[in-house]
Amino acid sequence: MGSSKATEKADSKAGANAGEKPTTMTGARILWECLEREGVKTVFGYPGGAILPAYDALRHSSIRHILVRHEQGATHMADGYARATGEVGVAVATSGPGATNMVTGIATAMMDSSPIVCITGQVGSKLLGSDAFQETDITGVTLPITKHNYLVTRADEIAHAVREAMYVAKSGRPGPVLIDITKDAQQSTCELDWEGAAPKMRGYRPDLSPAKEEYEKALELIRHAKRPLILAGHGILVSGAEHEVKAFAERACIPVALTLLGLGTLPASHFLNLGMMGMHGEAWVNKTIQEADLLLAFGMRFDDRVTGNLKTYAPNAKKIHIDIDPAEINKNVKVDVALVGDLRKILLELLPRVEPGNHSDWIEYIRGLKGDTAVRDIQNLPDNGHLYAAHVINDLWHETRDRDAIIVTDVGQHQMWEAQYYKHERSRSLITSGGLGTMGFALPAAIGAKVARPDADVWVVVGDGGFQMTMAELATIVQENLKVNIAIINNGYLGMVRQWQEFFYDRNYEATPLLNPDFVKLGQAYGIRSVLVQKRGDVVPAVRAAHAHEGPVLIDFKVEQEDTVYPMVAAGAALNEMIRRPNPLIETAEDE
Amino acid sequence: MLHTIVVYVENKPGVLSRVVSLFRRRAFNIDSLTVGRTEKPEVSRMTIVTDADEDQARRIVANVYKLVNVLLVDDVTHHPALLRDLALVKVAASRETRSQVLELATVFKARVLDIASDSITVEMTGGEEKVDRLLELLHPFGLLEVVRTGIVAMRRGAKSPSVTTKAKAAGTVDDGTVSYSV
Ligand SMILES: Cc1cc2nc3c(=O)[nH]c(=O)nc-3n(C[C@H](O)[C@H](O)[C@H](O)COP(=O)(O)OP(=O)(O)OC[C@H]3O[C@@H](n4cnc5c(N)ncnc54)[C@H](O)[C@@H]3O)c2cc1C
Ligand SMILES: Cc1ncc(C[n+]2csc(CCOP(=O)(O)OP(=O)(O)O)c2C)c(N)n1
Ligand SMILES: [Mg+2]
Repeated sequence: MGSSKATEKADSKAGANAGEKPTTMTGARILWECLEREGVKTVFGYPGGAILPAYDALRHSSIRHILVRHEQGATHMADGYARATGEVGVAVATSGPGATNMVTGIATAMMDSSPIVCITGQVGSKLLGSDAFQETDITGVTLPITKHNYLVTRADEIAHAVREAMYVAKSGRPGPVLIDITKDAQQSTCELDWEGAAPKMRGYRPDLSPAKEEYEKALELIRHAKRPLILAGHGILVSGAEHEVKAFAERACIPVALTLLGLGTLPASHFLNLGMMGMHGEAWVNKTIQEADLLLAFGMRFDDRVTGNLKTYAPNAKKIHIDIDPAEINKNVKVDVALVGDLRKILLELLPRVEPGNHSDWIEYIRGLKGDTAVRDIQNLPDNGHLYAAHVINDLWHETRDRDAIIVTDVGQHQMWEAQYYKHERSRSLITSGGLGTMGFALPAAIGAKVARPDADVWVVVGDGGFQMTMAELATIVQENLKVNIAIINNGYLGMVRQWQEFFYDRNYEATPLLNPDFVKLGQAYGIRSVLVQKRGDVVPAVRAAHAHEGPVLIDFKVEQEDTVYPMVAAGAALNEMIRRPNPLIETAEDE
Repeated sequence: MLHTIVVYVENKPGVLSRVVSLFRRRAFNIDSLTVGRTEKPEVSRMTIVTDADEDQARRIVANVYKLVNVLLVDDVTHHPALLRDLALVKVAASRETRSQVLELATVFKARVLDIASDSITVEMTGGEEKVDRLLELLHPFGLLEVVRTGIVAMRRGAKSPSVTTKAKAAGTVDDGTVSYSV
């Protein structure tokens, strides 16, 4: 293999400058040593036979190991860690079932471009291909859901694989990387050549930049636009371009709509921030997109939850797409100008050359589009004894807005209400599974976020369905003594699916009603302070009490069972064809 | 239309499956795929023929580039290029038809590899259409067995893009800029 050759060559070089003393150690120790030197402080993992040599060597390392309850949890924790900080999160598992349990978390990270490195043990190299006990071809299994993966069969390949994996995971468009290490590679010894193992790659082009003339074309379109709109995506956060986006929008006076994963990259309170676009985005935002004459897509990939029917999408608009991944260009939406490269670098080029704009007519017009749709009617309802998820989110926002809070949501109706009713002011203050929509993500991802940002207030906002997919990680919270607060939005349904059944399947609620355990007792069984909240007036006191309590807190919010997320663009419909909330008073009356 | 894409990859285990897996996952079609060694021992070379419009072809190139082991991707469709397919063809040939088959082989410059009492095996190398044409003409005699390698391609002249096999240190900014004007 090429990599071993590279190591040999580099070996002699390192010997020549004799900068670092080469030390002989087992592959297992090399693994931790390299992770440590790469800056990894914490890993999330679960042991087993094929990874035991690595676990045995952990005692020589300063790395903190967090014992999870399911390997899917480990991957989501690594993912949450990565999304909270931008640093690579690391998960560890054994071969076979340990490795396959990681698949969902890896696919989740892949879809949302989250940098994680997964390390799996593998059967001995001589047993590869023999259907040995707990042998799974995990590099084969994860081929389409990793950015890259490695099968390492020799101790002297470990350092190189680890360093390259960390680099590949984080550079360019980030993503998950898996390293599968055979048991004998962990056990045998060799010299660690740190310098020689530095990533030197012959292919791989993570850092492209646009040709000069593309900038000119973009500036020309911006100059002539009368109704321009910025579409702010997750790439802003990945690129660290929050400041540049704000400066650009202000200078050119262009309003900004955000994707779900872009929320927080421009403060919700900013006068140019219109709110979220897409399937459950604000009605006026989607109308604005349909009427715009120029769209500037900043690090967003025109997901189908964002565009609705592509044939009718933004029919009047020229489009400029800035994205680090050339494969995203013209994938879903055909664009007029593409600037391929890192968003921040590109905006720094554009900023001094973009003319100060004045689009006050357009902005005024958009304000008009808001009309009554901007009214959060549900919040204005008199307290009729019903508790709505929107109330809970709104109160949670009020109580955490002045704190350094990270909200980690699961997938479903509660996720959309969070996006609509929680006003995110800061980047990375929302962590959510967007592209894969992985139920069970929230609790473990929140653990990762809390480990990464111990000073932040981490809140899990999770449905009663999704919570039960990974609730075993409650034990991890307790064992690791983590202050994570959990808000279960308990509607007794797989709510988002029930909503689709309501709209598109004749209200045939097949397999969506949930018989739930008593979540309060469940939390208590783990030694977690747990309370039930059923009245609107009790929300704020419960949140305050959670903040005051030192340990983790679980709140079971029993909310309106058959509430619906509005507005909604049905899958395949045009963005401006939205299903709107019927008169809320009438709707509530029907419920009784 | 058919696009012919040449992909230079690191000669490492598993690289072929990465490329094929990508085509399958992205629902790109593969008309033919060949892979083999090159003048550089550390580089393998694939020729992939795929049915794609211009936009799709561009997306294919961009996606293939994302594979970490890929060194260079060259869509030669719109460049003067040599495209060659090789076929081994076993044709039924009785004493009466043998001379007609041999005549066809001669006209097509196909090499005769084997003559048995009731069959002839020829080797035909050429552009895909020429191979198709020969097969068409041999069809009435009875094609007993046919195998084709699929297309291999090379640009004409000395102007093939060169593959950098020099390792880049992490963080090195790529020298190339990209133009994705539409
Ligand atoms: C139930 C449910 C409902 C949903 N409803 C909505 C909805 O109503 N509205 C909505 O917006 N989403 C919605 N989503 C989420 C949606 O599915 C997508 O996940 C989301 O729209 C993707 O946002 P994005 O394109 O900003 O981020 P990503 O999918 O993460 O894409 C980021 C893009 O940025 C690029 N990039 C990365 N780094 C850089 C860099 N350094 N420089 C430049 N570019 C870079 C990447 O190449 C990529 O193209 C929903 C999800 C669920 C589960
Ligand atoms: C792992 C997984 N399985 C199935 C789905 C499909 N799905 C999307 S939302 C949803 C319902 C979620 O219910 P719940 O967690 O109670 O949240 P709610 O919508 O009620 O707020 C389901 C089943 C999914 N997204 N992820
Ligand atoms: Mg529910």
